[in-house]
Amino acid sequence: MGYPHAPHPRETVVLSKYFGDPEARTLDGWKARGGYRALEQALGMDPVAIQNLVKESGLRGRGGAGFPTGLKWSFMKIGDGKPHYLCCNADESEPGTFKDREIMRWTPHALVEGVALASYAIGAEMGYVYIRGEFTEPIERMTAAVKEAYAAGILGANAMGTGKTVHVHVHKGAGAYICGEETALMNSLEGRRGNPRIKPPFPAVAGVFGQPTTINNVETLAAVPHILNNGAAWYKAFGRADNPKSTGTKLYSVCGNIARPGNYEVPMGFPFKEFLWDLCGGPLPGRKIKAVIPGGSSVPILTPEECEGALMDYEGFVTAGSMLGSGGVIVFDDAQCMVKQIARLARFYAHESCAQCTQCREGTAWTTRILERIEAGQGTMEDLDTLLDIADQMTGKTICVLSDSCATPVVSGIKKFRHEFEAHIKAKRCPMLPDTTPKIAAAASAAAA
Amino acid sequence: MSVREEGGLHAPAHAPHGDAGHAGEAPYAPVFVGARRRELDELLTRYPTKMAALLPALWMIQADRGWVSEEAMAEVAQVLDLTPAYVKGVVTFYTMYHQHPVGRHFVQVCTTSPCNVCGAEGVVDAFLEHTGCRELGVTSPDGRFTVIEVECLGACGFATPVMINEEFLESVTPAKVPEIVARYK
Repeated sequence: MGYPHAPHPRETVVLSKYFGDPEARTLDGWKARGGYRALEQALGMDPVAIQNLVKESGLRGRGGAGFPTGLKWSFMKIGDGKPHYLCCNADESEPGTFKDREIMRWTPHALVEGVALASYAIGAEMGYVYIRGEFTEPIERMTAAVKEAYAAGILGANAMGTGKTVHVHVHKGAGAYICGEETALMNSLEGRRGNPRIKPPFPAVAGVFGQPTTINNVETLAAVPHILNNGAAWYKAFGRADNPKSTGTKLYSVCGNIARPGNYEVPMGFPFKEFLWDLCGGPLPGRKIKAVIPGGSSVPILTPEECEGALMDYEGFVTAGSMLGSGGVIVFDDAQCMVKQIARLARFYAHESCAQCTQCREGTAWTTRILERIEAGQGTMEDLDTLLDIADQMTGKTICVLSDSCATPVVSGIKKFRHEFEAHIKAKRCPMLPDTTPKIAAAASAAAA
Repeated sequence: MSVREEGGLHAPAHAPHGDAGHAGEAPYAPVFVGARRRELDELLTRYPTKMAALLPALWMIQADRGWVSEEAMAEVAQVLDLTPAYVKGVVTFYTMYHQHPVGRHFVQVCTTSPCNVCGAEGVVDAFLEHTGCRELGVTSPDGRFTVIEVECLGACGFATPVMINEEFLESVTPAKVPEIVARYK
């Protein structure tokens, strides 16, 4: 539901049904709401049968990449004699995204159940939940839920009395966006600097501690018990009939210049325009929407016209010229300067670059400097070409996609809002700010010209 | 509070203003003794390697001492069979470990784009003014506060989120800042 707002009648609440309900946080409360039935059922099943069920449901990764979850699980060879690990990526740090936070704050047992279930399905006896260090409340809630689950015998060496071993452990990060990248997360979990690793080997071959590993996003894992409880066909029915590639419901975080910011859950294929205007209330009074980033700061910026016919699923957002990403919707209205905001995003990536690849370390820093120079009124027209050239050098050339993510808003921003960049360069100041040029100096320079 | 536990060769490069003090003579008291040692030993059963307990161990140090000193890095290195240089490499990678003493209340204001468009710059200014810090990263003269800007706190729908130590505040506006500052003594 649209937490912190009341649920909107057009939402389809599966994952967010109990957001705002404090009783759902406790084990008793969660069980009373149907919790842990799916895990109990799963522990009696063959792991491969669970993998097949999840494949059949069409569930795809909700962290950004959209990789089919069941297929990812099937890369884990059950019975290969090696220890397997599950990592739950709860390092939610993509600007605009705050859905996993609410899942962990309100329904921590939903995630504990999802992690335990997925661990069993991939032949792992340990599932690590890596939560970003700033998420103090989610860490507290998850730690308490894990403790309750151990005390009740749900987790441990004889999980739910089935004789199966399922452990879950909460690991606290320490402030690094890059640790949301799967191989960086594994390095961080091992007690190393969070530098992404070169792939291959892929995690299913050599992941955390050098062992076969599956890594899934919080929202992905929280959806799995619902699939066990209700069946693959039920899950697949959410979505548009003409696009079987995107199934289920999706949580969107909505923020920026919007009337009702919050989390909203809708089925795949929901019309984006109705989402923004009906569910989220549209722009603030007297304002117009100027730009929307639909899937976290790393995806291309859309104009209001491009949002017009967009459908909210993996393929729909690509058709519209962007990506579903993490589902973090950032709205900018006509009071915002796009040059300033793109510069601010570039600064984020420059700050968060792990600095092991030259293109990223240098590219994010130079991009930020040039953008801030343009915003300050000291840019030249050549700067725009330089920015695009740097962006090209930053795309597809590094170990991970942080570099590409920095280039994306720059390229789409210059393409779609070039007039704003040019206005800064021509006026030698940000046109959105009041003109502070002293009148006498302005007159003198006009006379000189 | 904020008493420097060291001096000499490894003095931190960016010691803040305020009451950092010069109690460099006090001998280093180890963190991992008694209950903390037992807690760490228990934690080690959750991972297949000792190294994996490094981040949690550093959190324990920061919880007890307020920051992670070179002596503490050397201690944790010894406890986990690592080298001090390795530990320092890890500490410096992550933004949340303090490598020098900070104010009693460490204020982190999110200023990434979604918060920026909702007025985060005004919140930063209000904190700098009302805490007496004046400048980012500088501890207030009374040692109470250090204010920094932080990249995305992951609560963009609740702009502007602010973290004060372990407490997470949502929807902070400049008008709310004086009352918030007064709550932290």
